[in-house]
Amino acid sequence: MIGGLFIYNHKGEVLISRVYRDDIGRNAVDAFRVNVIHARQQVRSPVTNIARTSFFHIKRANIWLAAVTKQNVNAAMVFEFLLKMIEVMQSYFGKVSEENIKNNFVLIYELLDEILDYGYPQNTDTGILKTFITQTGVKSASKEEQAMITSQVTGQIGWRREGIKYRRNELFLDVLEYVNLLMSPQGQVLSAHVAGKVVMKSYLSGMPECKFGINDKILMEAKKGAGDDATRSGRTSIAIDDCQFHQCVKLTKFETEHAISFIPPDGEYELMRYRTTKDISLPFRVIPLVCEAGRTKMEVKVVIKSNFKPSLLAQKIEVRIPTPLNTSGVQLICMKGKAKYKASENAIVWKIKRMGGMKESQISAEVELLQTDNKRKWTRPPISMNFEVPFAPSGFKVRYLKVFESKLNYSDHDVIKWVRYIGRSGLYETRC
Amino acid sequence: MTDARYFTTTKKGEIFELKSELNSEKKEKKREAVKKVIASMTVGKDVSALFPDVVNCMQTDNLELKKLVYLYLMNYAKSQPDMAIMAVNTFVKDCEDSNPLIRALAVRTMGCIRVDKITEYLCEPLRKCLLDEDPYVRKTAAVCVAKLHDINASLVEDQGFLDQLKELLSDSNPMVVANAVAALTEINETSRSGNPLMEMNAQTINKLLTALNECTEWGQVFILDSLSNYNPKDEREAQSICERITPRLAHANAAVVLSAVKVLMRFMELMPSDSEFVTNITKKLSPPLVTLLSSEPEVQYVALRNINLVVQKRPDILKNEMKVFFVKYNDPIYVKLEKLDIMIRLANQSNIAQVLSELKEYATEVDVDFVRKAVRAIGRCAIKVEQSSERCVSTLLDLIQTKVNYVVQEAIVVIKDIFRKYPNKYESIISTLCENLDTLDEPEARASMIWIIGEYAERIDNADELLESFLEGFHDENSQVQLQLLTAIVKLFLKRPSDTQELVQQVLSLATQDSDNPDLRDRGFIYWRLLSTDPAAAKEVVLAEKPLISEETDLLEPTLLDELVCHISSLASVYHKPPSAFVEGRSAGFRRVPLKPDGSAAAAAAPVEETPQATVIPSQDSLIGDLLSLDLNPPASHTAPAATNVPSNVDLLGGGLDALTWMGGGVHSPAEGQFLCHLRDPHTHRPARPPLPAPSAQSPLPATAQSLPRRTSPLRSPLTASAAAAAVSGRVTSPITNLVTSGVTSHATSPVTSGFTVAGICTNPFLAGFLDEDTILTLATDGDELLLTDHRPLGGDSSSGAPAPAAGGGMGGGTSAGLLGDIFGITPTPSNYMPPKQVWLPAAKGKGLEVSGTFCRRAGRVSMELTLSNRAMQPMSGFALQMNKNSFGLVPAQPLQVPMPVQPNQSTDVSLPLENNGPVQRMEPITNLQVAIKNNIDVMYFACLVPAHVFFGEDGMMDKRVFLATWKEIPAQNEMQFTIANLAMTADAISTKLQKENVFTIAKRNVEGQDMLYLSIKFINGLWALLEIKVAPGSSNITLAIKCRTCEIAPDISNSVEAILRA
Repeated sequence: MIGGLFIYNHKGEVLISRVYRDDIGRNAVDAFRVNVIHARQQVRSPVTNIARTSFFHIKRANIWLAAVTKQNVNAAMVFEFLLKMIEVMQSYFGKVSEENIKNNFVLIYELLDEILDYGYPQNTDTGILKTFITQTGVKSASKEEQAMITSQVTGQIGWRREGIKYRRNELFLDVLEYVNLLMSPQGQVLSAHVAGKVVMKSYLSGMPECKFGINDKILMEAKKGAGDDATRSGRTSIAIDDCQFHQCVKLTKFETEHAISFIPPDGEYELMRYRTTKDISLPFRVIPLVCEAGRTKMEVKVVIKSNFKPSLLAQKIEVRIPTPLNTSGVQLICMKGKAKYKASENAIVWKIKRMGGMKESQISAEVELLQTDNKRKWTRPPISMNFEVPFAPSGFKVRYLKVFESKLNYSDHDVIKWVRYIGRSGLYETRC
Repeated sequence: MTDARYFTTTKKGEIFELKSELNSEKKEKKREAVKKVIASMTVGKDVSALFPDVVNCMQTDNLELKKLVYLYLMNYAKSQPDMAIMAVNTFVKDCEDSNPLIRALAVRTMGCIRVDKITEYLCEPLRKCLLDEDPYVRKTAAVCVAKLHDINASLVEDQGFLDQLKELLSDSNPMVVANAVAALTEINETSRSGNPLMEMNAQTINKLLTALNECTEWGQVFILDSLSNYNPKDEREAQSICERITPRLAHANAAVVLSAVKVLMRFMELMPSDSEFVTNITKKLSPPLVTLLSSEPEVQYVALRNINLVVQKRPDILKNEMKVFFVKYNDPIYVKLEKLDIMIRLANQSNIAQVLSELKEYATEVDVDFVRKAVRAIGRCAIKVEQSSERCVSTLLDLIQTKVNYVVQEAIVVIKDIFRKYPNKYESIISTLCENLDTLDEPEARASMIWIIGEYAERIDNADELLESFLEGFHDENSQVQLQLLTAIVKLFLKRPSDTQELVQQVLSLATQDSDNPDLRDRGFIYWRLLSTDPAAAKEVVLAEKPLISEETDLLEPTLLDELVCHISSLASVYHKPPSAFVEGRSAGFRRVPLKPDGSAAAAAAPVEETPQATVIPSQDSLIGDLLSLDLNPPASHTAPAATNVPSNVDLLGGGLDALTWMGGGVHSPAEGQFLCHLRDPHTHRPARPPLPAPSAQSPLPATAQSLPRRTSPLRSPLTASAAAAAVSGRVTSPITNLVTSGVTSHATSPVTSGFTVAGICTNPFLAGFLDEDTILTLATDGDELLLTDHRPLGGDSSSGAPAPAAGGGMGGGTSAGLLGDIFGITPTPSNYMPPKQVWLPAAKGKGLEVSGTFCRRAGRVSMELTLSNRAMQPMSGFALQMNKNSFGLVPAQPLQVPMPVQPNQSTDVSLPLENNGPVQRMEPITNLQVAIKNNIDVMYFACLVPAHVFFGEDGMMDKRVFLATWKEIPAQNEMQFTIANLAMTADAISTKLQKENVFTIAKRNVEGQDMLYLSIKFINGLWALLEIKVAPGSSNITLAIKCRTCEIAPDISNSVEAILRA
């Protein structure tokens, strides 16, 4: 298991060092600094073995987080834990920066004591942790309160405490999708997939049981077989390749009955993640035309076409066209939005605030190049694009979300529910 | 003010100031002071002087402060054990506190304080906490048992904590169950007895599976990981577990998903591969694996390394998912490289077009490693998918046109492989390749180009000029290029003898006279001799038809793959190395894929019931039963499954290996474990890139006794020779056995560990795949002068050896072995040090049987040399031998073979290879070995001491830095000093002598006129020992210091070293 956990700043100074196992010495702290942080070459692997000691690291902003072990640990678990650790710290004190870590080092030690015992991850749910790791000093908890804390930390429903009350029972569902695309210059889709997630904000009293319905093919068919939904089969369904659920969802029930049922945590959390690859409606098409006219000049023309209902509006559109390193100047003409050449990023950035469906826009650029004796060809990185659209490109639909709370006197009808669909660009690239 | 300021105080009187603050009356000030102390501790300052003052702050009702004090204690208690006692009372009191959080905190912290006196006090509170009413306390106590076990294992066993822990497996709280499982798994892995402490039965499994649905994500990982160690009793049980686990594949935590994948992959082995159930799981496994690719890059990396294993084990799972492995522009480089690897594995006829266009795209990227790998991948596609070879070749030509130096070189290397795979198809491009001759500066590319020229010499008009141009700088070339150049010119000569005579003379003299490289020189001599004796034979040897190269490359060796599949998601799967390669001590558990409980494997699965009782006399008293019952586990369990895995090897060899292979010199074997797979990998077909096992003296390649057909050595008849070959150490066993035994001619390979013995013929089909052509005979590097001087080349000086028989006709392994053995006139001798035989069982006690014997290390494993003397009146037969559990897990690798009955007053010598995979039990003294020997008269028992040196593994060469670090790490009290008196030897002589016995010199220093040697030993069970030898000039005494984690072994090491040196 994890033998120790270190946090460094970008210079390699230790901010936090917590050793859990006897086989990890203080020299491990230095070994990582010397061999990884101060290494001359860029790190080629997130796992490093130095003198029979393995170091797992992740780097976020200027902070290095390293877990150390001498055993054959579960590597996926170590990384998942480090990521979770970042999440926990963020929820306690915001951005994980050197300053924040130094300001909260006592808290971090307390957290590390709680969430890792002898290198074994324990309950890392922030909601629960916040109930008893508070940094407010003296604890005046009554016996009942203490018992409640411990039963929550270890409990079967470790993500929700008892006795939550709201005057207004309300829930919000956000369907957030990231469209990923890799397209060849000729407009052939090389790979495309949608990574979606359903984020839920629940403000519900008591211990409500929820049932969630979506237009997944398999789930719909399971329903049809049961016969209660057969008449409304006119709806389109989509094929979800794979989905993952928050730990509150009863996985066995999903496997056997194809039903998504759960007792939600209080507040905001990610209910499910899914992935689809079939029948994705790509909101934009990028048509590049790059022409290297001689050694000192290059002409670029890029057309973008929006491909969705004219009544909808896409927002925050940004097209990023890479330019060669030896670019000396760029002249730009665009029909819509604003375009700029950013020398520091080696790219032309073209921004459009809004764009309706079924429209087309174009930018043309003349790139002047410095003459170089550099033999190596410019590798032409792909043109990438960012956008946000108010629909789910995968066709994902929420069919229902039913709430049952048997002990308290509110019913499904009393709950106010909101659903919103957002489609965003993930890696949306077209080669040129 | 914020807490950050604590990091900045660096004043001089700091400690003093802190001291007074810690003793302050004001609570607030105290708290501040403790925070400062912790901050100093974090940045590495020594604040241990404040110990008493900090401990004084312990008794507080402020939980935050208490935690800080505890944190301090955990850090410094070890350095101040006496002071730490002061804290005991508070701990004990806290364990009784009414607040469960405080109770848990106290027991959690106590477990982390590794001070004996504190540990004593821990037992009572721990016992109570394991039964605590609050689950939070119980789950903390469960982990604490694992901590205590690490400090003092016997205490845990004596105090009955294990039983208490096992009871927690049926706790009502899922998290308690999960932590108990985690603790038990860890204790199991480190347990010294080697016996599982946690008996998993259907009932426990059921409880675990129930808890699985309810506990935290981490708890699920613990449970799944421990389930993966379980061996279901039949297919049905495996199925039902799989069914209950598959829902985990939809979990958001990648670790849960991968651990579930591990269990499923392992249990699928128990089911017939064509069953519907397996097909179903196969379908279900693919989507979650693909989904892992959208996680954070670090998790992706782990996932990709594992997918690489999954794809090799079960290619079906992801066969339709090629596209998801396409590289994204912004992927970190480690993700890119892994994706590329998997892409090639998934490439097939249907998707090759897409793959190729991707690869072409990648070949224009920025990162050099990535580009190279992409180019190489194109070549691999050509070899793998025949229909695409044309496209691949033209793509490669396009890339060569880019003139980017490293792209061109990489392309030439792969084109050479394509030529090998499709001879006489793409020769038209040779001229294009030749245009780039001048730009090649990497040895591998140059060697490949030279190979191409030599191979197609008859079609290249100016081949002689081209090769001659290389010859000018012959001495500056890398040895790989030199060897290749030599061979290429000889080929050229054989093809166009008329105008190249001068050239061949030149290269032969360059190779034989002016070179220091023994491999080059020897290859030169052989060619020279061949050419001068019988050019026709030379032609047959050098221009022999080459075996085809295989499609799949870089595959993991099957048994390693099987083992790694059992370690999915763990570090082992990330490194693609068995845990023993990077984990110290016993915890490096070896895991096997469960055997199918049917057919022949059943015997291996249930060794106790199925063992051949006939060979063992029924027990006569309880002791016998004890002795015999546990070591009946035959090594067959290793060989049986593996045998089915490697048919290709056998084919290659069985088909008659007409080409003999030179084994490229100068390539050193990689770390243990690694080399095994290369050795067995029939697909290694390119020179030098994969580190080939070189039969040099340092090589851990198991030395195998060689039997020369003409010179039957008294010790080894051909039969035993092949048996000895089969006896190649532990994991290596099976395929090699197959290779050797099926290749009847028993051309065993061997770097006999002494300095200067000829190793014999290395008919290694894989190497034949690589460069060319010819057989190698290997000379170990150092002392070969001796051999070569009496072999002035050429001129038929028959004095030196037997006349080389005309090698026309089959240059089959057997004959060539004889031939070459004769050329050099050497009998391989086992040079390993063998202590004189001792009488182990006097005839009086042995009912007429006298057993004397000794141990030595042979062929990379321990060998027991026995002399059985019959002092009785009747012949003795039906010998069998068993060993009791012992410290190193020694068991016979094969039954004792005594060919004939031993007549009265006669004796016979037997050599019994041993393996070290048997049950382990610590003996007193540690090298004690209890043996039972049986014959037609009775069963006799005796005990003997095994000299330590036979346990020194061939892979004991420690990296210098590791050595230094380890030396520092092992505490000084583990160092033991010995003096070896009356032995005048130089440091170098000592070093050479010990090297032969696997005591490797890491460094030599001269300190104040004294020679200091630093040496390392690796025991076959993975234990390292570090040695320092001091040789004072003029003195006949040698001082030996031994550092080892287990110091009991030190005297044995010293004895062995002394014996070796005196031998």
